[in-house]
Amino acid sequence: MIVRILGEGQLELPDSAAEELNRLDAALESAVERSDEAAFGTALAALLAKVRQVGSPTNADDLRPSELIIPRPEASMDEVHKLLTDEGLIPG
Amino acid sequence: MGVMKRVTMVFRAKANKALDRMEDPRETLDYSYQTQLELLQKVRRGVADVATSRKRVELQLNQLQQNSDKLDRQARDSLAAGREDLAREALTRKAGVQTQLEELQGQYASLQSEEEKLTQASSRLQSKVDAFRTRKETIKATYTAAEAQTRINEAFTGISEEMGDVGMAIQRAEDKTAQMQARAGAIDELMASGALDDMVSGPHDDIQAELDRMGAGHGVDGELARMKAELAQNAPRQIEGTQHGTSDGAAAQPASTAQAPDPAQAGEPE
Repeated sequence: MIVRILGEGQLELPDSAAEELNRLDAALESAVERSDEAAFGTALAALLAKVRQVGSPTNADDLRPSELIIPRPEASMDEVHKLLTDEGLIPG
Repeated sequence: MGVMKRVTMVFRAKANKALDRMEDPRETLDYSYQTQLELLQKVRRGVADVATSRKRVELQLNQLQQNSDKLDRQARDSLAAGREDLAREALTRKAGVQTQLEELQGQYASLQSEEEKLTQASSRLQSKVDAFRTRKETIKATYTAAEAQTRINEAFTGISEEMGDVGMAIQRAEDKTAQMQARAGAIDELMASGALDDMVSGPHDDIQAELDRMGAGHGVDGELARMKAELAQNAPRQIEGTQHGTSDGAAAQPASTAQAPDPAQAGEPE
């Protein structure tokens, strides 16, 4: 399974990591829905830590698309809101 | 549905919209490659712009640091000369410069990290664009239209995801650059108006002027003292051998030669 961390590139993860990632992602989503900035920061950091722990970077010339895309580590909740709603944020 | 999946879908939707516009995928591969090359150019320009902006901030940081150092030196000189009031003024100004310096340093660090990431993103995109060129030639040469469709979709989605990511990175770096330029411009104006810079350099450097004045004053006092001492030394010897009238004239002679090499110093307090 390929996961992209925005601003950093792609990592390849074993499929076995999916369950754990979903759990962490659910925490992130609930923080976004509650507009809980502190919980959001913690959840995003935990998700990124897990991905980095079990994933290894893909080759730069790998053209495979990502199955999952994670906001960049410095992303604010506001930025993630825009990512989820506003297609205009993604140029090209 | 989680955040990751939703973000992925937003990216996919963008790629799919572009794919839908293509009639025969093989014919549009070249066009897509052209677009990628253009974006790559734009990314490179973005990296160069950020680097330029960073260098400008670097120069300003150096200048502010010099100002701060100079004010520090002036405070010491003032204290050494027993002018605590001047030292206090210099240190107050130094604190102001220091605040500007620290704020700018924080922004500088974040700009540097944006630049690094953008440089890496740019080389990743370069690799993908190169890979896409190879892939498109293979697809055009080897596959029927139906087979090509699937392969193109994948390669296209993969590269458009990369382009979307790097596009956002550029936008972020450009925003930050614009902010920093605005701030740098404001500091330039401050310096030009004399609020910051003129405290320490230029014609209105009042602390330095006061120190110079004191320095010059001490020079005159010192010279006067030295002359008096010389006169006092010479006078008794000359009283012994000669008349008073000539002895006065002879004593004045060496003193005026001693003063001659430095007429500017004596004139400066005016």
